[in-house]
Amino acid sequence: MTFIQLFFIFAAAATLGAALLVVTSRNLIHAALWLIVSLFGVAVFYVILNAGFLAMVQVVVYIGAIAILMIFAIMLTRKVSQVPKPVFNSNWIWALLIAVVMFGSMTWILNMWPQFEAIPPALDPSIDPLRQLGVALVSPEAYVLPFELASLLLLAALIGAIVVAWESR
Amino acid sequence: MEYGLILEWIIKAVLMLLILLIGFAYTTYLERKVLARMQVRYGPNRAGPKGLLQPVADGVKLIFKEELIPAKADKLLFILAPVITVLPALTILAVVPFGGTVNLFGREITLSIAGDLNVGILYLTAVTSITVYGMVLAGWASNNKYAMMGGIRATAQVISYELALGLAFIGPILLASSMSVNEIVNAQGRMGWFFIYQPIGFIIFLIATLAEINRVPFDMPEAEQELVAGYHTEYSGMKFALFMMTEYIKMIVVAVLAATFFLGGYLGPFVDQVPWLGPVYLFIKVFILVFGIIWVRATWPRFRYDRLMAFGWKIMLPLAVLNVLLTGAFIILFPGVIR
Repeated sequence: MTFIQLFFIFAAAATLGAALLVVTSRNLIHAALWLIVSLFGVAVFYVILNAGFLAMVQVVVYIGAIAILMIFAIMLTRKVSQVPKPVFNSNWIWALLIAVVMFGSMTWILNMWPQFEAIPPALDPSIDPLRQLGVALVSPEAYVLPFELASLLLLAALIGAIVVAWESR
Repeated sequence: MEYGLILEWIIKAVLMLLILLIGFAYTTYLERKVLARMQVRYGPNRAGPKGLLQPVADGVKLIFKEELIPAKADKLLFILAPVITVLPALTILAVVPFGGTVNLFGREITLSIAGDLNVGILYLTAVTSITVYGMVLAGWASNNKYAMMGGIRATAQVISYELALGLAFIGPILLASSMSVNEIVNAQGRMGWFFIYQPIGFIIFLIATLAEINRVPFDMPEAEQELVAGYHTEYSGMKFALFMMTEYIKMIVVAVLAATFFLGGYLGPFVDQVPWLGPVYLFIKVFILVFGIIWVRATWPRFRYDRLMAFGWKIMLPLAVLNVLLTGAFIILFPGVIR
């Protein structure tokens, strides 16, 4: 077993454990913090996969923006930060069953894939993946249309947020 | 993997931490001395010659102080918050070069911790984006309304000024056409320091970083007249010391970043022949910038909170966007400048 594999197992255990604690913890702030640990674990996977850009964006967007917004919202509504009811309801056994079946079938399907155990080829150091990503996002042969559509959607959401905030005055 | 390399990394990391900790201790001393001189006082002058042992005395005092935890506080988060605050401040400088390559014991050693990372600037923004957690959690876990208000103000302020800061990074990225911090420093060696090309960007960077590290005139989260001491009201002893440590380490960190992005980093005369001059030049630039931050504290009163937010969103952000636009136009109009 290589060092990377050990590292992966540790990161995966931390990510899944934190994800479990997100749904079982009764204190909303604690749940939000476990979510951050879980998101950070995903960033570690990107680092293992040599995708430095994705790892950094994961931290900036999910941990630095989305999670902080959640914590901010919970802090402003302190009364609901403790959930008095038990966090499980009677359906938890079915949820567990479905999750186990899903995980099992996905592992099975992936195992049938011939390249499941292939070792990823080393990246060519002369190519800058960051530059390639940037060019791909704005080149007409690649992803310029989805990119522009996404920015249009974000602009619409931005205007929508302003409209919603405006009416309260 | 080679064991010598691992050893080199560990030594570099420990050295970095030591430099930051000693830097923290003596920045507090510098701040007290400079403030005192500007207010026609002497400042600390009892412990050691010229008060030079004052930071040591302060440290010993804080270690032996009783640590109080409020009864209704969230114990775990209360203890964790100072640690979460200090970690980003200690790790952020990993991608910044402190000099070129030096030859030591027959090894070529680059004077930076993580070496050349192609997403260096994104790493910086990622780490700055998580610095706010410590303040928020400290404020929330204390179960104290002043601490809570301080925490909320800190979040709102840091999130607002992060936008302008992130946009100020784009100027150097465009000019160097790279996100690697090493490449940005090298580009400044070829075309001259970036503050010449980025006067607006440089000023935006300085103001936004002052707001990010909650220094005067943006020390809203701990405005003592309104909020006692803001998010660290309930902290004492070493936990309080960790918050203080973060504040001063952040001062050093933003000075290093400003020097690296706009003032040529470790570059200076003869640094090509004598690589050990690199850290010296960087130290001089950082010292001047830290002095400037302290000078600002001695000079300006605090902003009012609503004006602070209005300034961030209505002046800083549009100016930063304009700066990105101007830089792009400049690069297209004068392609010969980029080397």
